[in-house]
Amino acid sequence: MAATISQEHDAAGEPMLRREMSETMTVIRERLTAGLSPTRLDIEDEGHLHAGHAGARDHGGGHYRVTVVSAAFEGVGAVARHRRVYALLAEEMKTRVHALALTTLTPAEDPTGH
Amino acid sequence: MDESTRQRITDILNGNKVVLFMKGTRHFPQCGFSGAVVQVLNANKATYETVNVLADPTIREGIKEFASWPTIPQLYIGGEFVGGADIVRELHSKGELAALIEKASAAVSS
Repeated sequence: MAATISQEHDAAGEPMLRREMSETMTVIRERLTAGLSPTRLDIEDEGHLHAGHAGARDHGGGHYRVTVVSAAFEGVGAVARHRRVYALLAEEMKTRVHALALTTLTPAEDPTGH
Repeated sequence: MDESTRQRITDILNGNKVVLFMKGTRHFPQCGFSGAVVQVLNANKATYETVNVLADPTIREGIKEFASWPTIPQLYIGGEFVGGADIVRELHSKGELAALIEKASAAVSS
């Protein structure tokens, strides 16, 4: 029994799949923090909403919802804001990120006021 | 992207005021993001053309390069790239999408 458990869990006792997802979220956080100095950055894993659909299977990546609040977006249109985020995550978009739901706001536009 | 693919995309955009490059069709979207844009266009009673990129791998890759935009769906109005699902939903909630569609539809083809 013990051997079975150790194969399915990493050293911290987390299921392996969850660890891979959280690694991707860490990479997203690092890239966006470095590129945009956000005042708020929320990253959610939405994989459960899309499990098993055709696109998820052939691409093999996760689905994430990202909200970025950054002063870097001031005076920048929505398309250009999203392009900046996509450019920072270009490598991940080709591999482990299949879909990204994006909300890009300036601090003044942030409804939570952070 | 080769020149013939670019030309095909340009021809599609020139021939239609509102074009959605999507996964699946308007009746059977095969991705939630594509389906969301279809719903928004229908809510605006828009006349629009769809291109199913799953049926055309060349267009699927070409359109990403065409718009410098790495994801599908992509909405074009009056030949201009408008955005993906998040931006389209945002424009709709602000009431700005209807105006864009109306303006493009009213423009005289040149």
